[in-house]
Amino acid sequence: MRVRWVPALLVDAHAQTPASRTLVFVAPDLESPLAGQHVDVRLTAEDGYTAQRAYSLGSPAGADRIELTVDRMPDGEVSPYLVDMLQVGNLIEVRGPIGQFFVWRPEQTEPVQLIAGGSGIVPLMSMIRTREAVGGTAPMRLLYSVRTPEGRLYADELDALATAGRLEVQYVYTREAPADWEREAGRLTPELLAELTLAPDQDPAVYVCGPTPFVEAVADGLVQAGHRVASIRTERFGPSG
Amino acid sequence: MGIFSPGFTGRRHESKEELPPGQYLERGFPVLSAGPTPRIDKRDWELTLVTERGERRSWNWQQMLDLGPEEIATDIHCVTAWSKLGTSWRGVPLDRFLDGVETEAQYLFAGSYGGYTTNMPLGELKGRAWVAFEYDGADLDPEHGGPARLLVPHLYFWKSAKWVNSLRLLTADEPGFWERNGYNMHGDPWREERYW
Ligand SMILES: Cc1cc2nc3c(=O)[nH]c(=O)nc-3n(C[C@H](O)[C@H](O)[C@H](O)COP(=O)(O)OP(=O)(O)OC[C@H]3O[C@@H](n4cnc5c(N)ncnc54)[C@H](O)[C@@H]3O)c2cc1C
Repeated sequence: MRVRWVPALLVDAHAQTPASRTLVFVAPDLESPLAGQHVDVRLTAEDGYTAQRAYSLGSPAGADRIELTVDRMPDGEVSPYLVDMLQVGNLIEVRGPIGQFFVWRPEQTEPVQLIAGGSGIVPLMSMIRTREAVGGTAPMRLLYSVRTPEGRLYADELDALATAGRLEVQYVYTREAPADWEREAGRLTPELLAELTLAPDQDPAVYVCGPTPFVEAVADGLVQAGHRVASIRTERFGPSG
Repeated sequence: MGIFSPGFTGRRHESKEELPPGQYLERGFPVLSAGPTPRIDKRDWELTLVTERGERRSWNWQQMLDLGPEEIATDIHCVTAWSKLGTSWRGVPLDRFLDGVETEAQYLFAGSYGGYTTNMPLGELKGRAWVAFEYDGADLDPEHGGPARLLVPHLYFWKSAKWVNSLRLLTADEPGFWERNGYNMHGDPWREERYW
């Protein structure tokens, strides 16, 4: 097998939201990643018991420090450890980078519509940052569905990019919206999806990432709205949010 | 190895002998697909077999049922590291579709509604592959591959093509969708053949 487990040293970490943490690793033996790829993370207990899970890279393509942002799943096996226990200076093992399909390459010139549910923003952030790193001019839009305003990952960075006119960002709040928000909190409906995303006649490349039910609903909505099936790429994080 | 995660204990009781290396036990049924879920009506469903000499056979839904489905109880293993033990399915053995077909082919190249493809060695599929249309006593959900998917449980689950509609018999191996996108040509979970 070509892809091997390699060590990754945690060099920096900070809370993104109360429920999530961004972890920055140095992994010199890892091949250079593309925007949108993920790694497998392996934890090993002292008696040799291991557990592994997939985590998307939030860092831009080619970055020498890789960044993960992990949401704490209540009673989860791996995510609470990564969010609450792993300390700067500790090693874990990673394998990858994995996936050649859910990726955005700077050579792509077509408009891009990114659609994230919850922590599904992570690989899309890598695409946004990669476009920034190369000064890309392909139009890029983000629709980000989150439970609450406080739950937004990368909020400051996204706000700064929106203010600078580099990225159009739309939010849908599913549990609780800010006081002055234009819409009630609620799920992303097909109508809202069509209203807040690039139209099918612009033939955008669409990347959808998040919990499985979110991705299912959004991908169905896009197809119904008239987007080409082949233009929609999806990454499903799992059964729950 | 030699890299330990201080303070990590894990969910011990879920580590089981029956699990291939690196897999964990999953109670739910996660979904792995590269794009939107195709919605196919059984009335429009058709499965076509094409041999290496270009001979074709097709089955509609009823003709597929007429081949004689059976119950299947099996473990399944996804490359994203989850496994489910003792899942139950209903489906038609692949052998029935191949009955009386003259072929020297060594590979099966499965294709799906929506354009998905995957490849596997034909020789190891005897008695180990099905076209499955029920899961856990109910019609297979579209997001899990309904109306019908391939079920090849001895390989990682991406080989069990969802929404299957074509079976091509090939004399030379050809990479399918995930196999072109970083995943292994064979995909045996017990040998951890996950990636290139
Ligand atoms: C390609 C890919 C990329 C991903 N990228 C990210 C990312 O960037 N960020 C991120 O946060 N996540 C990401 N994920 C999800 C991640 O891989 C894990 O699934 C997630 O962190 C949960 O793992 P866990 O070990 O903490 O929880 P698990 O132990 O797997 O449990 C998950 C949930 O199921 C419940 N559960 C578990 N076992 C049982 C049981 N026996 N009975 C009842 N309930 C149970 C738990 O309470 C928990 O809420 C990604 C997944 C994929 C496939």
